[in-house]
Amino acid sequence: MTLTLFRKALWALAGVAALALVWPLLWADYRADRARAEREPAFQADFELTDHRGMFRTQEDFAGRWMLVFFGFANCPDVCPTTLSEVATIMEGLGNDAEQVQPLFISIDPERDTPSALADFVPRFEAGIIGLTGTPDQIATTSQTFKIFYERFEEASAPDGYTMSHSSQLFLFGPEAGYVASWAYNTPAEEILADLRERIAQ
Amino acid sequence: MKSILIAMLVAMTLPFGLATSARAGAGDVVVENAWSRASIGTSRPGAAYMDIRNAGDEDVMLTGLRTDLAGMPEIHLTSTNEQGVSSMSPVGEIAIAPGETVALAPGGMHAMLMQLRRPMEEGETFPLTLLFSDGGEVTVEVPIRGIAARGPDD
Repeated sequence: MTLTLFRKALWALAGVAALALVWPLLWADYRADRARAEREPAFQADFELTDHRGMFRTQEDFAGRWMLVFFGFANCPDVCPTTLSEVATIMEGLGNDAEQVQPLFISIDPERDTPSALADFVPRFEAGIIGLTGTPDQIATTSQTFKIFYERFEEASAPDGYTMSHSSQLFLFGPEAGYVASWAYNTPAEEILADLRERIAQ
Repeated sequence: MKSILIAMLVAMTLPFGLATSARAGAGDVVVENAWSRASIGTSRPGAAYMDIRNAGDEDVMLTGLRTDLAGMPEIHLTSTNEQGVSSMSPVGEIAIAPGETVALAPGGMHAMLMQLRRPMEEGETFPLTLLFSDGGEVTVEVPIRGIAARGPDD
């Protein structure tokens, strides 16, 4: 009887010891998992599109550089030129660091925005921006990857009788194409520039 | 003879008097900081921006635009929802209370210049006439800045 009790006590002790040994390991493992989840980007930039020079492009072409991605259409008279000029200001402000950042303008109006239409639009902002377009299917796939919204709606007064609504944020992707941050439309270029500089310097 | 002279004087000054009374409405509208961006050819619409101030003491109602530059000039509003989706729609009439300023600025309202009749060239200007409900008009010369301009001076 006493022996059994002694044995039980021993087993209990062994159990506690085992737990004491294993617990930190489990905990460390859990912590590492958490840290990884926090560091892991929400999604990866992933696209197969044609640039404004007619070249086939994927995110791999920009590996090792940060990507500043935004969506729009060349017929857009307000939001898009404003965003393009903001991006031009950011790129100018980056100075030597500009080499580390590739701005990409992705069209959500593939019907009108052929590569040559983009070639007549994007380079005018003189900021090294690459215009990307594709087939309607390619653009639809890209929008799903980037979790952005766009919609064509009929507007009698608009050129060609339609205009587009679209997500107007500016997205930042890291050197491994992972999503890093986004800024809402109308965020001052100076604010984005300061944030971007800090991230590049890290 | 003297009375005829007075009558003539009154008749001559009458139009001025009418013009002065009209100043209580659209005549007291001041347009400042007008600017626009250069266009690429004429196939895509342009946009112009400005501050429209009602310096009078009566409400004014902006009803439309007119310019020889574009076949269809209209005020449009860009709105961005919580999900960050921007879209554009015609505004219609805009009431401006006494002392108030309505800003046409990037990301908000803009004078959308559709059916351009000639390209908007950097360094040039074009006349844009604002039409008001009282029949008054205000014409402003809008400077055309570079395509990447961010405002009236930068």
